[in-house]
Amino acid sequence: MLARAVTFALVGLEPRRVEVEAHVQSGVPAFTLVGLADRACQEAKQRVRSGIKSAQLEWPGNKSTVNLAPAELKKEGSGFDLPIALALLAASGQIPRERLAEHASCGELALDGRLRRVGGVLGVAEGARRAGLERVVCAYDACAEASLAGVEAIGVRHLAEAVAYLRGETEPPEFVATNGTARLPPLDLADVRGQERARRALELAAAGRHNMLLGGPPGIGKTMLARRLPSILPPLEEEAALEVTRIHSVAGLVDPDHPLIGYAPFRAPHHSASTAAIVGGGPRLRPGEASLAHRGVLLLDELAEFQRPALEALRQPLEDGEILVARAAGSVRFPARFQLIGTMNLCPCGARGDPGAQCSCSAQRIARYRDRLSRALLDRFDIVVTVPRPRATELQATRGEGSDAVRPRVVAARVRLAEAPPSRTPAADELLTRAVDRLRLSGRGRAKVAAVARTIAALAQAEAVEPEHVAEALAYRAPPDLAT
Amino acid sequence: MSFLRRDELPALLRAIHDPPRRLYVRGDAAVVFARPAVAIVGARACSPYGAQVARMLGRQLASAGVVVVSGLARGVDGEAHRGALETQGHTVAVLGCGIDRDYPAAHASLARAVAERSVLLSEYEPGVEPAPWRFPARNRIVAGLCAATVVVEARERSGALITADFALEEGREVFAVPGEITSALSAGTNALLRLGATPLTAAADVLEALGIESEPKAMTTHPLLELLPATADELARRTGVTPAALAAALAELEIGGLAAEGDGIYRALA
Repeated sequence: MLARAVTFALVGLEPRRVEVEAHVQSGVPAFTLVGLADRACQEAKQRVRSGIKSAQLEWPGNKSTVNLAPAELKKEGSGFDLPIALALLAASGQIPRERLAEHASCGELALDGRLRRVGGVLGVAEGARRAGLERVVCAYDACAEASLAGVEAIGVRHLAEAVAYLRGETEPPEFVATNGTARLPPLDLADVRGQERARRALELAAAGRHNMLLGGPPGIGKTMLARRLPSILPPLEEEAALEVTRIHSVAGLVDPDHPLIGYAPFRAPHHSASTAAIVGGGPRLRPGEASLAHRGVLLLDELAEFQRPALEALRQPLEDGEILVARAAGSVRFPARFQLIGTMNLCPCGARGDPGAQCSCSAQRIARYRDRLSRALLDRFDIVVTVPRPRATELQATRGEGSDAVRPRVVAARVRLAEAPPSRTPAADELLTRAVDRLRLSGRGRAKVAAVARTIAALAQAEAVEPEHVAEALAYRAPPDLAT
Repeated sequence: MSFLRRDELPALLRAIHDPPRRLYVRGDAAVVFARPAVAIVGARACSPYGAQVARMLGRQLASAGVVVVSGLARGVDGEAHRGALETQGHTVAVLGCGIDRDYPAAHASLARAVAERSVLLSEYEPGVEPAPWRFPARNRIVAGLCAATVVVEARERSGALITADFALEEGREVFAVPGEITSALSAGTNALLRLGATPLTAAADVLEALGIESEPKAMTTHPLLELLPATADELARRTGVTPAALAAALAELEIGGLAAEGDGIYRALA
């Protein structure tokens, strides 16, 4: 007998319908899986066999063939276990075939028949909704994620539960909905003492979505500060939150209880990260850190220590807001509109900018260190702040303003920038021209100062960009040895 | 491309005990040799303080009509040349390689600017590679061209001290810029001061030694300038001004050429 189950394979973030056809016929007992299944998918044979037996169901002891169609699409991962098992059970008459055809399904089977959740459930559920399938059978702890797609998620803990439900014997286990939204890691700007200028720059970066480079000797809190940027960013709108969650789902990074990522994500890959880890790709075409930071913050700590190719690969997403990973078999687009925050020491030994230490670097060594960053990448930083080592008295200073106090200002500035972006007064224009002349700003440097000045004005809720806004923006320009 | 024979060299350079046999020239040597010259030398890996002082001296000496002589190296040398060029003054770069070589490569455009405005000099034939053992010989020309040599920042065993030694041997004036006694970059200059070099406290000190009248500067004082050097955060705390307003005030000072920032620390440019 022939039966069919429906699931979806993700190509990048895009769900593609896959029909799992099972054919059970008389003959020498054998189990064949065809349809361009990768290794994890081929192993489904062993898991499905054990799972069906553990669920006290009957293994079709005949010649069974499972085909994953369309055959030209490569199938990856263990999410096909459940549809394969269900299709086999329907083909051997243990569950009604018509009812199975009304459901999409996905999930990995354990040898004892329990169901494990897999990455990309949200994508599968969205594919089902678009294909007109209202119900998705999935692992119980993937329920919250699947229901974000607006489908009815049938969460089951065990294959036997899925079978009982499809036979109409029991209702699916009740799914207790949580509020579904993930929480922001509890990092507050109030923890940062002193560092007034860097704090101010962080607020500007948040308000204007400016990329920012923090320089200074090690241990002064550059990273600590950068990690607190998400806490002053506005929460994501619903559409954006879904988009971010979709990416994180593919990478298997969502919290089962609170799947919806409603805040700006924050990613801080280590400087040993490969190009594929940062921009995505690899044999399974996974989103990289740049995509996981979509609509959020990508922190590159110790920027100069990253491999040059990995940094250069970031230029495309910084320009276009997305990454195109091209393969011989086709290309995949991952969104990657992130805010880039970089930190670096002022010299390779790290002592520069620290009054209490002697820098031992030669001029050539410093030049080489700074040359590791291409001009094209440095050009992307609108705000450059050098943070010298604070004196001990600064650290005794009272706690700074908390994130909850800063965030409303950031939100208000963003509204202003979107609705009525302030433009420069003639006096501000005159100051900018004078600055270009006296401080030797390049054309691009001028544009960056102008953009930051607009953010400063918006943050002050000013009608226009006044000279004092331009003057402040000038203080965050790149120093001449980093400028282009 | 031309060269000067020994008898065409300026008198000061001819007077040293081993003047170069010939000097290759890129640019116009005649304009430059008619004026008083001062060498500004120092560390390549200088601190922001050294860079700012070198630039300030280059600017102020050049605007008083003095030719600023240096070696086109990174750090102090380059800043001194740049300072002089900024005020449309004259500056001479003496190279330790052929005048057609861009060394260091990062200063290729600076070398062009110097040759356009004033002159590049070298006793080596065009095409000669830069080599460490050529630099001391170059330094004797730097010192030899000048009535006075200013050492801005130097470690204990620095090439700038060799220049100062040549200047002393020929009986020229040597100035040293005082630095922090705890800084290795000031060890060489402070040692010179101990040995009797004249401390340099302002460009006027040099002009006075050369017998040049320096017009008294219009004093533009700003309350912030008295608190420098300091970081922006220290200033914010001492003045009680918001970081935003303070950043704006400091940028105004930078545009006015009254202060400069380096590695996060603001310094007054007297």
